[in-house]
Amino acid sequence: MVSSKINLYMKISINGNLKGLDGNNVTISALIVTLNLTGKRLAIEKNGEIVPRSQFDEVRVSEGDQLEIVGAVGGG
Amino acid sequence: MNEQLVIAGKSYSSRLLVGTGKYKDFTETRAAIDASGAQIVTVAIRRTNIGQTAGEPSLLEYLPPEEFTYLPNTAGCYSADDAVRTLRLARELLDGHKLVKLEVLGDPKTLYPNVIETIAAAKTLVKDGFDVMVYTSDDPIIAKQLEDIGCCAVMPLASLIGSGMGILNPWNLQIIIENAKIPVLVDAGVGCAGDAAIAMELGCDGVLMNTAIAAARDPVMMAGAMKKAIEAGRESYLAGRMPKKLYSASPSSPTTGLIT
Repeated sequence: MVSSKINLYMKISINGNLKGLDGNNVTISALIVTLNLTGKRLAIEKNGEIVPRSQFDEVRVSEGDQLEIVGAVGGG
Repeated sequence: MNEQLVIAGKSYSSRLLVGTGKYKDFTETRAAIDASGAQIVTVAIRRTNIGQTAGEPSLLEYLPPEEFTYLPNTAGCYSADDAVRTLRLARELLDGHKLVKLEVLGDPKTLYPNVIETIAAAKTLVKDGFDVMVYTSDDPIIAKQLEDIGCCAVMPLASLIGSGMGILNPWNLQIIIENAKIPVLVDAGVGCAGDAAIAMELGCDGVLMNTAIAAARDPVMMAGAMKKAIEAGRESYLAGRMPKKLYSASPSSPTTGLIT
């Protein structure tokens, strides 16, 4: 379905939880700011594919995308 | 002693590798790791908490990756696919870092490794350019297969993860060590410094542990004990123990010059 209306709201899955966010088709960099994760060391997978950090400014997230955002924690 | 552990072409003066889990807080983690003298530390890869995380301290601030060699693990993975996915994320997270610890578990109750999935994951990871230190059972045939696949170190268990039961099958470990051309490290099951020393006296190249330190009453003191045990065990192995005999007709004091 093609719609000319600009959707400024998107529902995406982050780490298995559905999350409603303002904006649509935003860059990963912008999303990191929205999620209050600025400066954290992260790795991100979008729809099962790793997004290299060098592409955070280019790769965009939109309605229905599935993200995994991971970091290093204590473990044996 | 200027005798180094070499893993994937890099030399380490410490033969004790430690985990970073189960500590009271990051300050204790750091203090214990400093006391252990470990240069390689394992970390787990987990979903980041979304929301209310600003300003929350992170492990990396306490253990800067410039100061330690990180060994991202696949703890909690029960399939080859999950393990490979986790380590690819770890590589991205740690800027192309290649040294990883592969473990694929078979059972949440015992945490016993699933060697079939482990072998499958090892093949994929080695092909993908990772330096794979692999956790496995103490089966000498599987250990050899993992070496043949191209893993850079094989890490059989002493006993089950977190059990602290010590070295239950020194004979199998001895066969694995004898057959291996890559470093053999005991990973999991060590409970006290004595266990670590025994592992090293068997001829292991190193020991990886977490709970034995973190769950001690005084983790920092235990970390120091482990450091000494690893060094003592290594030197004892290199020095070559005396042969065992049921009794000896050769006392340590002279048999002549007795006052009669």
